[in-house]
Amino acid sequence: MKRKIIFLAFGFIFLACWRPCCAETISSTELINNARQYDGKPVVYSGEVIGDIMRRGGFVWINVNDGPNAIGIWAAGDLAKEIARTGNYKTLGDTVEVEGVFHRSCLEHGGDLDIHASSLRKVKSGAVVEEKINPAKKKLAAVLLGVLCLLLILMRLRRR
Amino acid sequence: MILRPRLEEIKTIGYYLGRIIVCLGLTFLMPVALGLALKEISPTLDFVVGGAVTLISGLALVFLCRTEKDLNWMQGMIVVSLSWAAAMVFSAVPLYLSGHYKFYLDACFETMSGFTTTGLTLVQDLDHLSYTHNLWRHLGPFIGGQGIAIIALSLFVKGSSGAFRMYVGEGRDERLVPNVINTARFIWLISIVYLILGTIILGVVGISIGLKPLNAFFHGACIFMAGFDTAGFAPNSSNILYYHSLIFEIVTMTFMVLGALNFNLHYQVWIGNRKEMFKNIETKTFLISVLLIFFITAAGLSQLGVYPQALVLFRKGFFQLLSGHTTTGYMTIYAKQFITEWGNLALLGIICSMALGGCICSTAGGIKMLRVGIIFKALMQDIKRIILPDRAIVVQKFHHIKEVFLEDKLVRSALMVTVCYFVLYGAGTLVGTAYGYPFLDSLFESTSAAANVGFSCGITDASMPAGLKLTYIIQMWAGRLEFMSIFTLIGAAVAAVKGK
Repeated sequence: MKRKIIFLAFGFIFLACWRPCCAETISSTELINNARQYDGKPVVYSGEVIGDIMRRGGFVWINVNDGPNAIGIWAAGDLAKEIARTGNYKTLGDTVEVEGVFHRSCLEHGGDLDIHASSLRKVKSGAVVEEKINPAKKKLAAVLLGVLCLLLILMRLRRR
Repeated sequence: MILRPRLEEIKTIGYYLGRIIVCLGLTFLMPVALGLALKEISPTLDFVVGGAVTLISGLALVFLCRTEKDLNWMQGMIVVSLSWAAAMVFSAVPLYLSGHYKFYLDACFETMSGFTTTGLTLVQDLDHLSYTHNLWRHLGPFIGGQGIAIIALSLFVKGSSGAFRMYVGEGRDERLVPNVINTARFIWLISIVYLILGTIILGVVGISIGLKPLNAFFHGACIFMAGFDTAGFAPNSSNILYYHSLIFEIVTMTFMVLGALNFNLHYQVWIGNRKEMFKNIETKTFLISVLLIFFITAAGLSQLGVYPQALVLFRKGFFQLLSGHTTTGYMTIYAKQFITEWGNLALLGIICSMALGGCICSTAGGIKMLRVGIIFKALMQDIKRIILPDRAIVVQKFHHIKEVFLEDKLVRSALMVTVCYFVLYGAGTLVGTAYGYPFLDSLFESTSAAANVGFSCGITDASMPAGLKLTYIIQMWAGRLEFMSIFTLIGAAVAAVKGK
């Protein structure tokens, strides 16, 4: 009997831990196109944090982009502490998985479509993007600047 | 008998076109400077290449077509329409080189959308686009909103009658001061003063809502340029929704309205004639139109229970409506929500607001408030004629800077342009429907493109057919130039082929 109880207890703990990390994420397109269906329901959404983390009192707004769209996430300031990088030209932002309640038209935030996060987990760290400069582009720029200078000299000579 | 254009005429067109292209080429220096300052080397190279190509082409035209002759009406119109096409092609070079556009046509679509202050976009992965390229996207509306030929007028062209012809060719027929060059310079003065103020205000608001200082002022400048110039571009994929801020929305709305007002009205306020704001037919028509259409839109939204609270309905509904009516196209909802949630009545309200547009001699598109006001006054005049005795003389007047008698010539001109806009809206809808898109979606997107608004209900996408991209490019071009220069260009092309 004792063994069974221990077995069951481990089973419950496993299930409790397993569910959140394997819960299916919903895409932004699915959420936007079927907003009424998901309104007020808990969802799991994942994507890259882009732009700035905007602090508002003890909370933050972060915009999480999963490819086609970015959705605003309203989260407690503590939840966003883990985010080290946000996406822009020179940086690939951290990829996060957000669990929270989806709002088609959030009453707290003037009708915005958003997710109020209850948990936020970094699933992939972002990185600094090395800028690649195409050598052909460099050469083309040099040639074109040369042609431009020649043309300017030619025009000046003609004016004289 | 149609006469084929002579070589001398073509050279005159080429010479002035070349000067405008050179002028455009010089504007590439701004993103180059920003790119160097922020150490964005690859984007800087894109602009060096683009700028060099533009300057070489412009200088070559000036070199080959040198002339002392002034432009006649036809040539002035052709120079304007060709300079907009040239601006689209040359400005697309750095955008295409960025790798954020699938095809060169997409980059051309983006630049035409920018210059015409439309705001429809085909950019990929906007959130990782460089500051340099983003500045260029937003400079487009700022240059195009004031007028591409106007830059040349302010800098290069001396007080000639050809200057006035180019000014009219860009869809403007009102002079703020008697000299057209000084008018062009005043338009730039107003725009630059507003740009500085707008950037500071939006920058401060940006910092207060949590943006980093550099981003706050950069976003401020971009949002101002695209807001005041009624373009609707933003430096992020979520548009104004990105900021999640009521104060940011209010400031943006203020700039949208300022941009949609006649430059002549700004001038009157500038010289102390503030009463003009309340007496002008355009401001009155704009106010009535906004209120009436908001009523329709709000009825549609409330009928379907789209927004659970009146205040939320007002915030979302009014922002979208004002954005459509000023032909800006800024959004605080997602494109698809127009179709999936807003319903036909609210959508119809937005389509009407887009179709009517802002004021003439502003950066806004659409039919324009002066024309709407004139047509309404003409209708009132005709009704009075029917009601009053035959011997009664019905005189109708309206106030636009001064008291103006409503003459048949004015009504005819207003109606003609209005009909052209309706044909343009209809043509785009037809093409969209022919490509298999639903009627209402096609009408929405077509009106948005032709009235230079920039709202999308989801059709505008990099994957849409090339034919539809071309259709929208032509619509944006024709809508911004208000037809005459495009018709002249078509006429000249026919003359070149069929003339003797």
